[in-house]
Amino acid sequence: MSAETLNMRRNDWRARGNAGYWAFVVHRISGIALALFLPLHFWALSTSLQGAAALDGFLLWTDAPLFKFAEWGLVILLTAHMAGGIRLLVIEFGQWHGTRKLWIAVALAASVAVGVLLGAIMLS
Amino acid sequence: MVGLSLMRPLKVKIWRGGQQGAFVAYEVPRLASQSVLDVVTYVQRSLDPSLSYRFSCRVGMCGSCAMSVNGVARWTCRTHVAKVTDEARDDVLELAPLSNLPIIKDLTTDMSEFFDKWAKAKGQFTGTLTRDDEFSNVKPDSPERKKVDAAIECIGCGVCYASCDTVSWRPDYLGPAALNRAWSLVNDVRDAAQNDRLKSVAGDSGCHACHTHTTCSERCPKGIEPTAGISGLKRLAARAAIRGELD
Amino acid sequence: MKASTQAKLWYAQRISAMLLALCVLVHLVTILYAMRGGLSAAEILARTRGNFSFAIFYFVFVLSVVVHAPIGLARIAEEWMQWRGRSLHIALLLVTLLLTVLGLRAVWGVYVG
Ligand code: HEM
Ligand code: SF4
Ligand code: SF4
Ligand code: FES
Repeated sequence: MSAETLNMRRNDWRARGNAGYWAFVVHRISGIALALFLPLHFWALSTSLQGAAALDGFLLWTDAPLFKFAEWGLVILLTAHMAGGIRLLVIEFGQWHGTRKLWIAVALAASVAVGVLLGAIMLS
Repeated sequence: MVGLSLMRPLKVKIWRGGQQGAFVAYEVPRLASQSVLDVVTYVQRSLDPSLSYRFSCRVGMCGSCAMSVNGVARWTCRTHVAKVTDEARDDVLELAPLSNLPIIKDLTTDMSEFFDKWAKAKGQFTGTLTRDDEFSNVKPDSPERKKVDAAIECIGCGVCYASCDTVSWRPDYLGPAALNRAWSLVNDVRDAAQNDRLKSVAGDSGCHACHTHTTCSERCPKGIEPTAGISGLKRLAARAAIRGELD
Repeated sequence: MKASTQAKLWYAQRISAMLLALCVLVHLVTILYAMRGGLSAAEILARTRGNFSFAIFYFVFVLSVVVHAPIGLARIAEEWMQWRGRSLHIALLLVTLLLTVLGLRAVWGVYVG
């Protein structure tokens, strides 16, 4: 960093509280989580190359509550990332004004709905 | 009731010095309809004449009085003290120079890079007509002119630039104001440097670095939405790149 | 990076995002449907083995992710880790390769076995 960059103030969270910023944070964190999870997901599915028994072995392993919880979280993050991503696409490719917050609400609602639905299915 | 509430002085913290400075506490008498700029002026005129700050018009025309008010970039002349502090809770008013800009002293920042970026984004008009030609006619209700209208009222105050995290993360990012300016020229049907402009605003430090936080649009005191114009630039520049027009 | 390259990458990430939005929607419905009554390998594979449309669908899904995710990760590395330039591009090329190989292997696994 040059001396110049050091010579200025940086914003803290007081400057960031707007809905669009939170949407960005969720999008980025969920993006990172998905990118980390994906290789594991692919690897797990590939165990089926050794036959159904191997995949079943893996699925049994994932029956542990901690795994279930993580899976549940990831599906919610995936929904949040998708819905938030669609909102970004709408802003970037459409000529929209003023609908941004509505779309954040829609994204939030979709994530909660999928979370509840999946939670109910998992627990039943 | 007003008389009573005016009794309690306003607690103010003001950044003094450059980056190696510190917040210094002051107490300022409260007044009805007091603006944050009034508070700064009181401190300089009555408490410490060495305080540096900028202002000119006092009515939201010039854009020189922007500062960080309780952590949020604002025009101080158009911000009521009562809007950002609660007297009943005895809130402190914190004033600092704008973020993302080098501090000169106290509340003044060096805005040269901010304006240099306007030039880098080809923020200047390139015409083709001479004084001997007829005026060009641009219909006020044409789609292009309407897009220009939405962007043209920028007064270069730097509030959006100071609020944008992408500027903090990528110091060479042109920022919302310069890109908004470029967008108003992209929609100027008389301008003859369109391709050059798209080249200057594309890429790492240009429009494609924007993450659509919309913080800039949220904060702009003129109600401009730089995010909308930046999205337009992203589309146009990407399309031009695909067609090989940016190489 | 050249401005025109960056602009193209931006476009590639958005186009792949559009494809992903469709894929994830279908994927989510499938998850919710398949999860009823628990997951078993036999059930999953019965659905996918030899099912050509499944294979094509997940092939497109994997390729879109392979385009989409590394571009996003690059910007995170640049902005939050101040990691830029050649070494970053090489690292991301490796991530891209890893995702491609693992992804296509997974599709192959559930489709052909
Ligand atoms: C469901 C469909 C998806 C859509 C519509 C979508 C959309 C988007 C969009 C528009 C961006 C750009 C955000 C920005 O530049 O600020 C983005 C970023 C990103 N996406 Fe996705 N995405 C999807 C799926 C995925 C998946 C499956 C992954 C995981 C591998 C992923 C990982 C990422 C990452 C890491 C970023 C970077 C975030 C950032 O720059 O802040 N996305 N996504
Ligand atoms: S929308 Fe773009 S320009 Fe505006 S604050 Fe966010 S990153 Fe900065
Ligand atoms: S766009 Fe708005 S906030 Fe940004 S410099 Fe112009 S007037 Fe100020
Ligand atoms: S003093 Fe001119 S805008 Fe505030």
